[in-house]
Amino acid sequence: MSFLRVNGLSARLKGAGHPILRGVSLSVAAGEVRGLVGESGAGKSMIGKAVLGILPKAVEVSGGEILLGGVDLLRLPPKERRARIGATCALIPQDPLTALNPSRRIAPQITDRLVDILGWDRGRALARAEELLAEVHIPDPARVLRAYPHELSGGMRQRILIASAFAAEPKLIVADEPTTALDVTVQKQVLKLIAEMQARHGTALLFVTHDLGVVSKVCDSLTVLYGGLVVEDTDVRSFFAGPAHAYSRALLAATPKYTDPQASLTPVPDAVIRDVQAEVAAADRRARHG
Amino acid sequence: MQLLRAVLLRLATTAVTLLGVAVIVFVVIRVVPGNPIAMMLPPGATEADVARLTAQYGLDKSLPEQFLIWAGGVLRGDFGLSITARQPVLDLVLGRLPATLELSVMALVIACLLGGFAALTGTRARGTGGEAAIDVANGMALSIPDFLWGLILVLLFGVLWPLFHISGRVTPSLELPFTTDFYLFESVLRLRFDLWANIVSHMFLPALALAIPLAAIIGQLLKQSLKETMHLDYVTLARTKGYGENHVILREALRNAILPTLTLVGVQFTFLIGGTVIIERLFSYEGLGNLAIDAVINRDLPLIQGIVILFAVIFTAVNLCVDLLYAVLNPRLRHG
Amino acid sequence: MADARGMVKRKAGLKLWLSGGWLALVVLAALLAPWIAPQDPLAQDLFLGRMPPAWVSGAEPGYWLGTDSLGRDVLSRILHGARIALTVALVAGGITCLIGAALGLLAGFLRGWVDLAISRLIDIWMAFPPVLFSILLIAVLGPGLSSIVIAIVVIDWTRFARVVRAEAMAQGAMDYVASAQVAGRGRLSTMVTEILPNVLPTIVVLLTLEMGIAVIVEAILSFVNLSISTDDPTWGGMIAEGRTSVHQAWWVLVFPLVTLFLTVLAFSQLGEGLKDRFDPVLR
Ligand SMILES: Nc1ncnc2c1ncn2[C@@H]1O[C@H](COP(=O)(O)OP(=O)(O)OP(=O)(O)O)[C@@H](O)[C@H]1O
Ligand SMILES: [Mg+2]
Repeated sequence: MSFLRVNGLSARLKGAGHPILRGVSLSVAAGEVRGLVGESGAGKSMIGKAVLGILPKAVEVSGGEILLGGVDLLRLPPKERRARIGATCALIPQDPLTALNPSRRIAPQITDRLVDILGWDRGRALARAEELLAEVHIPDPARVLRAYPHELSGGMRQRILIASAFAAEPKLIVADEPTTALDVTVQKQVLKLIAEMQARHGTALLFVTHDLGVVSKVCDSLTVLYGGLVVEDTDVRSFFAGPAHAYSRALLAATPKYTDPQASLTPVPDAVIRDVQAEVAAADRRARHG
Repeated sequence: MQLLRAVLLRLATTAVTLLGVAVIVFVVIRVVPGNPIAMMLPPGATEADVARLTAQYGLDKSLPEQFLIWAGGVLRGDFGLSITARQPVLDLVLGRLPATLELSVMALVIACLLGGFAALTGTRARGTGGEAAIDVANGMALSIPDFLWGLILVLLFGVLWPLFHISGRVTPSLELPFTTDFYLFESVLRLRFDLWANIVSHMFLPALALAIPLAAIIGQLLKQSLKETMHLDYVTLARTKGYGENHVILREALRNAILPTLTLVGVQFTFLIGGTVIIERLFSYEGLGNLAIDAVINRDLPLIQGIVILFAVIFTAVNLCVDLLYAVLNPRLRHG
Repeated sequence: MADARGMVKRKAGLKLWLSGGWLALVVLAALLAPWIAPQDPLAQDLFLGRMPPAWVSGAEPGYWLGTDSLGRDVLSRILHGARIALTVALVAGGITCLIGAALGLLAGFLRGWVDLAISRLIDIWMAFPPVLFSILLIAVLGPGLSSIVIAIVVIDWTRFARVVRAEAMAQGAMDYVASAQVAGRGRLSTMVTEILPNVLPTIVVLLTLEMGIAVIVEAILSFVNLSISTDDPTWGGMIAEGRTSVHQAWWVLVFPLVTLFLTVLAFSQLGEGLKDRFDPVLR
């Protein structure tokens, strides 16, 4: 039984009604890492945001369900939904420079959820925070806990955010391009760290990324998105053995190979784009009549 | 070291400013027509009497000489004698200063509460009719100066619904046990809540009149910067932790949104203090401003000088405090 | 966000129409006061003291908004008071604007010692309590229209100078100014042809706001009995009189107060509306 199961989730812009997600279904089980790929604007972040209840004000869910541990979040009253998400899920954000509150010290930013939402006492939460910082390989955790964000480097801040995400032993973590804002040299370490932490804690991880190379390293399963529509849902091994969908194949061909980064890239051919756009249009027609 | 240099530079410019103020007032009031000495003597006084008093107040010397004598006195804490009250200016001014300070601080507190409330509810209600209503109210409050608000409050709560006193600082028939002039503060210390209520009932309308425009500015600026802050990643991250809207606004957004508001509020607070002059007159409140207007009408030169200088000192002190507060609240400056 | 922009524009339009409409009424009242005022604004009649407005019982016909304690007609005095209010707004506002904007422009564009001197002067001015300073000036200059104008100019020029200086400084850093300089244009000519047009919208908005402030300052000075002469009908003087008898005759305070309120609000909303209009981001 998967911890997160999204069924036929649709979302659209408020007012104008332009669709953003078109009946997305996917699931992530405990210990599983699911990659979420697609071109920019495909709706990858929107799925993560819908699950965590932080959709932008201009976007509304128009159908489907988000089952978290078997309970449909969309049917819960807002307060309960927030509490449930807060107790079982966490986010590793994209940009560590803006994801820490500049006017608060590090310690309370890691422990606040433990204390406020889970009701731990402060001493225990603090000890846990220190332990976590050691776990993400931060030297001198006691000093870092007392520091303000601007006193730390970008890589350190991302480690802190990872530690903070794992602090409450969440069942599900959403990581939205967690390394794109970092220096290339730091990217690899952070990626390794996330994979290591995920494996140790057995968390379900929804991993949003552009990079199929990263997918091949960290993910177990994979969802390919185009225009808010799922075009392929498969496990990583069969995907790299040969994707079923033409768009996925084109996407794979458009990705630089680690073995030969200089090899000329094939952009996604127009014909493939036309076909997948026809699929999107067909999905809209079905939605309208169904 | 850099900090020390900044502080020294700041003190030096402050000194220049105060000196400038002193020179300007000094020169301006020396050209007042009408002889203040003649006004203070009873009819039938002789030429010799006038000459004697003129010499006593040093008004027979040249302007630069008078200024040097006066400035020398000021540095020793001697602001001269008031012509009408025949008391040291410093005593008179210090006797009235507490009333004005209490009024200004109460106004500031009201402004922060009202403005903060408007900003927080406006942020909660962003994008709805509630926010639009708050914007309109803010715009109105901002366009109308304290003087007019004072008159409107007199009409509404002094005449139409007489809920508050509209004249004086405290009911004159009351027995006052106070040893200082900080009535509001001391009434609390002495646990005399009957007097406290009477004093607050006198202060509330003038303080509110002073507070409304400042509240509007705080409301507008704070809401603006709160709304900007609400989009930032750390606020979103806090939402995923299970916190509700109120908590997110208060704990994650407010502290960072206050900083840009703070610097502007400092300048605006000096405007508020400047406004006490006319508001005290309007509500016959016995503070510095009321004293100042009387001094101008009576041509009491030493007293006017003393009051203007005191206002200038207060203004520069407020600005200094705001800068310090900014440094304390901003962790980036504190450790860096 | 085409919707939001449209809404701001519509709101700005509404502001402009309403405030412009009220100000047009005030201008008409000022121009036509001698012909449309039902009574002589100075005529006293102690038998007609404190007559209530027309719709209250006990009113005297012909005195629509009642009379003050000396039996002078409130409506006629308000209409005549518009003349002084508008004169002060236009003359004092205009001169303040010219002097303040010029100094601000010079400081912001020329920088160097000019800026240093003007900035220091602004600092000193900001340390004065403005109301007290204006009262002091009137005491020195003696009552009268020209004294009021001078007092307003002297206390308020910094309002323009501060804002215009900052704006001119920002504009001076732009590339088009540099290219004008490279093309060999003189400093002053660059200032007038390149900087001034860009700062002008700001100046116009400040000017409308300043006119409202001038009306208020005049009222404050009349209120402390230092404005024109005590007989001449000014809104502030009427308010001062009304304040003393507010418990016996509310109308003496209320009508001039409402007039002053709406006029000040109209000037400031006109400024706001113009600002929304001019704002290049919204345009
Ligand atoms: N705040 C917002 N308000 C309205 N629409 C939005 C907002 N943010 C994103 N969208 C729209 O939602 C759609 C999906 O955006 P999303 O951010 O999920 O893309 P993405 O797949 O994460 O892209 P990227 O790889 O660039 O992050 C896009 O069409 C975008 O225009
Ligand atoms: Mg994204």
